[in-house]
Amino acid sequence: MEYLLASAIGAMTAAGIYLLLRQRTFPVILGISMLTYAVNLFLFASGRIAINLPPVLLNKTPTYTDPLPQALVLTAIVISFGMTAVVVLMGLGAYLSARTDHVNLNEGQDDSAEAGK
Amino acid sequence: MNHWIIAPVLLPALIAAVIILAARYQVALQRVFSVASTVGLLGISTGLLIESMSGRIGVYELGNWPAPFGIVLVLDRLSATMITLTSALAVAVVLYAIGSGWDKRGHHFHALFQFQLMGILGAFLTGDAFNLFVFFEVLLIASYGLMIHGGGAVRLRAGVQYVLYNLLGSTLFLFALGTIYAVTGTLNMADLALRVAELPADDTAMIRVAAILLLLVFAVKAALIPLHFWLPATYAEAPAPIAALFAVMTKIGAYAIIRMYTLVFGPDVAVTADIIGPWLMPAAIVTLVIGMVGVLGATHLGRLAAFAAVGSMGTLLIAVALFTPQATTAALYYMIHSTLAGAALFLVVDMVRARRLSEDDAIASRPAIAQNGLIAAYFFATAIAMAGMPPLSGFLGKLLVMDAVRAHDLVWVIWAAILIGSLIAVVGFARAGSMVFWKVETPPEGTAEDAAPHAPAAALPFVATGALVAGIVALTVFAGPVTAFLSDTSAQIFDRQSYIAAVMETPRAIEAENLPLEGTKK
Repeated sequence: MEYLLASAIGAMTAAGIYLLLRQRTFPVILGISMLTYAVNLFLFASGRIAINLPPVLLNKTPTYTDPLPQALVLTAIVISFGMTAVVVLMGLGAYLSARTDHVNLNEGQDDSAEAGK
Repeated sequence: MNHWIIAPVLLPALIAAVIILAARYQVALQRVFSVASTVGLLGISTGLLIESMSGRIGVYELGNWPAPFGIVLVLDRLSATMITLTSALAVAVVLYAIGSGWDKRGHHFHALFQFQLMGILGAFLTGDAFNLFVFFEVLLIASYGLMIHGGGAVRLRAGVQYVLYNLLGSTLFLFALGTIYAVTGTLNMADLALRVAELPADDTAMIRVAAILLLLVFAVKAALIPLHFWLPATYAEAPAPIAALFAVMTKIGAYAIIRMYTLVFGPDVAVTADIIGPWLMPAAIVTLVIGMVGVLGATHLGRLAAFAAVGSMGTLLIAVALFTPQATTAALYYMIHSTLAGAALFLVVDMVRARRLSEDDAIASRPAIAQNGLIAAYFFATAIAMAGMPPLSGFLGKLLVMDAVRAHDLVWVIWAAILIGSLIAVVGFARAGSMVFWKVETPPEGTAEDAAPHAPAAALPFVATGALVAGIVALTVFAGPVTAFLSDTSAQIFDRQSYIAAVMETPRAIEAENLPLEGTKK
């Protein structure tokens, strides 16, 4: 279980960083999304992995899973979801008004010409 | 429990909602609410500053949950200084935005502005690391909206860069917080300070990784080389009042470094003592040099102001990286100075831009702008302040920083960087000022009417910018009392025990059988 979770986080982080280094806005946004998924799992695992345990301390159960990381992940998910929506909209707006989604401000001016070929 | 401590967070949050709900289409009403809220914030934070002068650390427990379990807001001299600085800056900025008509160029300026203030003030007040993340996000979300206020292709593209860079920063922040929680099991700063100090000396890899990750996050915020790439484009393309408000955003990074790396990973904590300063110092020196060279190399006034902001962050972080009380005093003085001077510079640049045809801000000769003399005088004053020339506070700030680094190994490198950097900045500013204000083109005969610069005659922008310049002058004149207060402040920062005691020993005794569960944090 630990191995599965750790390798999943690692693979997503690697993919996210690779996509972040691309030169177009859309892959970069995908990369950021990948990274936020990875970090959500990471936060979730930071309270140690416990299976089939309640997140509250009950009298009957001898132990419980740490509920705080779950609350943190919930906050992180909401924020990253909202942020991704914002950046997709802004990216679309920038693409539609500048006709290019190159991340470099000084490049990609001839994008529409390229697309026309 | 002093309920005023939470007022700087609640007031802008409420007013922003009121502005959206009740005054969506009435700009005049929005302005009234916004100015009233900002002035109210200045009053509240001044009151809190006066209270913090007693040296007592005020703790506000949200929902009355005792310290390690619930979220606390902490008011000490450092946070009181920062919130007062922010609210004072916000008053000038909101007046400028109204006077220059920037707030009418798009929707929801004032609502976003209030949310931005809520985030900044909350980040300064909170005593919980995860809550710091949440307030960072609040201020960032608002700043994304403000950054692209008014629209335009270049601004949108610069905005996308800014958002992506900060999303990456937020992700790193979460990785750092996750690691810290996995190692220590807490995210309350005072509790963290206790637990990090107790960590066994032979099992430190995780917490060191977390400390460095966290430093990277704050370095992104503080525009430290090599994580500064978002700043020049963002500040140059953002609406001027917003760029002026952003002058305090980089300072949040510096504040967070001071807070976390004195309280939690302090210089006397064995686990992380040898990694922060040695990494921060060279980066800060390079930041200073790059910033000042950027001032000289800038072809547009907006970029010039942005690189001046980078350079001032370099000087500030040199002082921060020493982590001694004397250096922190210098850092705080320089922080107040560079916030005021940086903001004033952005406003002056915007006044030039507004008076030129087609709003360009190239450093090149153009027909004389309206009120050339007065704006040139403002530019002269802010340039002197930013470059650190006598007689204004930039000079005093640099002297304090240089005095504080005397004992450091790299003292000659630092002195050389600061002095040569100042020289380069002076040349850069002198070149820009003389090109823009002196070497004006005379329009050819007969075209005088076409080329006549449009003159926004409103007095409010001049008042707002003048207030910032007056703030710089006041900081210079009252340097003695201010430095005395700031050295009390840094003494309090380095007195970790009293901070921990104030937060952890809550007025109400924690009864063991009534321990609330930890799931109360959001």
